[in-house]
Amino acid sequence: MMKIEAIIQPSRFESVKDALREIGIEGMTVTEVRGHGRQKGHTEVYRGREYTVDLLPKLKLEMVLPDPLVQRAVDTILKTAKTGKIGDGKIFLSRVEEAIRIRNEERGENAL
Amino acid sequence: MKHLGWKCCLLMTMVLAAVPLLAQQPPSSAATGSPAAASSGIPTPASEVPKAVSEQLKQLDQRVTAAQSAGDNAWMLVSAALVLMMTGPGLALFYGGLVRRKNTLAIMMQSFLLMALISVIWALVGYSLCFGGSGPVIGGFEHAFLRGVGADPNPDYAGTIPQATFMIYQLMFAIITPALITGATAERMKFSGTVLFLTLWFLVVYAPLAHMVWGKGGFLNASLGGKFPTLDFAGGTVVHISSGVSALVCALYLGKRTGYPKQPMPPHSLVLSFIGACLLWVGWFGFNAGSALAANSLATSAFVATHFATAAAAMSWSIAEWIKNGRPSALGAISGAVAGLVAITPAAGFVGPMPALAIGFIAGFVCYWMVTKVKSIFGYDDALDAFGVHGAGGTIGALLTGVFAQQVINPIFGVGKPVGGMDGHWGQLGNQLVGVLIAWGFALIGTIVLLKITDMIAGVRVTETEEIEGLDITQHGEEAYNLES
Repeated sequence: MMKIEAIIQPSRFESVKDALREIGIEGMTVTEVRGHGRQKGHTEVYRGREYTVDLLPKLKLEMVLPDPLVQRAVDTILKTAKTGKIGDGKIFLSRVEEAIRIRNEERGENAL
Repeated sequence: MKHLGWKCCLLMTMVLAAVPLLAQQPPSSAATGSPAAASSGIPTPASEVPKAVSEQLKQLDQRVTAAQSAGDNAWMLVSAALVLMMTGPGLALFYGGLVRRKNTLAIMMQSFLLMALISVIWALVGYSLCFGGSGPVIGGFEHAFLRGVGADPNPDYAGTIPQATFMIYQLMFAIITPALITGATAERMKFSGTVLFLTLWFLVVYAPLAHMVWGKGGFLNASLGGKFPTLDFAGGTVVHISSGVSALVCALYLGKRTGYPKQPMPPHSLVLSFIGACLLWVGWFGFNAGSALAANSLATSAFVATHFATAAAAMSWSIAEWIKNGRPSALGAISGAVAGLVAITPAAGFVGPMPALAIGFIAGFVCYWMVTKVKSIFGYDDALDAFGVHGAGGTIGALLTGVFAQQVINPIFGVGKPVGGMDGHWGQLGNQLVGVLIAWGFALIGTIVLLKITDMIAGVRVTETEEIEGLDITQHGEEAYNLES
């Protein structure tokens, strides 16, 4: 079992979600986050006081998948989330120890 | 401050309308007035005809007075409501949106508190201190507990409306003036300290200033023969200079907010501020035009001047930002509007529409400069720019009133007497300066003394921990937004 953590541009989310659904992946957790890599922020001015806003809004998608599905999911995300500009985001993969469904306490890949 | 001309015209029209009524009497009556008719044999008691006419005239006069009073009273009651709306929710929203989220309720609570507290003090003793008596500096206690303040007009102030209307209208001014100061102390003043300080401030600073400029016998009173008649139609000195200068003193005494100026503290909701600013603009028609104390052409003149000054100031602040930053901001536009409203306050019932545009245009630039350049040069943390907008705007407005006031708008010194610079009476600028300096002086000294007293009794500044956690939680045990619930 692998966890895919994908931080993407909010404007790409609908396309990513639809593409993942098409390859059979429906379950995910989505969080609104702020952050930046090398992307510059913007400047706001309030009554003459300037603030540089470094933290930019992004969306973080998290999903835990059985190993056979992981590569296809990553390729799909890469294809649909990419705009080619700085600020597109990143994907992180990590191994997951265990998964448990709360409703009926199923374990392992059956719980995904 | 009232136009008498149209009242006489109306009375004359009524009298002329009464003439056809006399024609109802039999032809042999003295309506023709000729000796031939009188000697036709039918006796005409000479005393009855004049008495009937004078009776009718008396009744007509009463009806005219009642009609006028109804119009004036309706307008004044609406104006009082409009001015209260300026504090709640106008100012509460305007300030509320400008502070950080964790201090939203606290700043709103301070405005609301004053709506309650000042009202009670006013009813007990405040009105009397401001408008009772006839001393040069302060009123008296003759109207304490609102004794004698009822349906009968007080001809010294407003001869066509109940004195209770005048009293309740003036109360709304007394409420908003201390509320303005909370803009400078925002995000770091204790609630208990706020309550004590503003109570004392109302009694020691506001009441004398209100009496000196508007009260009978007040030595700055332009319409009741004060020694240095200061033209202040709706409160440039009494409201804006007093609160603005006091705000500066408070900001300096309290010190800067923790993290200021390095840490960004942008407004948490300019949407709230926008709504508040628009409510202030609309409400200000009650503040300025209502200060005519009647529903007459002077009220119209003040209404018009208020509106145009505000529009011009919003434009000039926006132009200044467009030039300086390359784009105008929403905060700048609404701040400009407020600056215009402040500056036209002393001038509203004395200047024409073109000078109003000029006053607004100037105020937008001056207040923009005060808030952006001057504040950063001196480094004081006037958190919501109470001094930059109200102190500076009120000062410039009061001085420009001396320049632009005209007798054709308001012959306040008597028919044919020049009023301001545009009438050639440049000495009025000197009187304006006296009023401005006295307002500055009272505010400066009064605030320093009262802050010290408040600090000794209740304390004025919250602890650093409380400040970082936020005033909503620490002073009021609440959160402004529980969006997850």
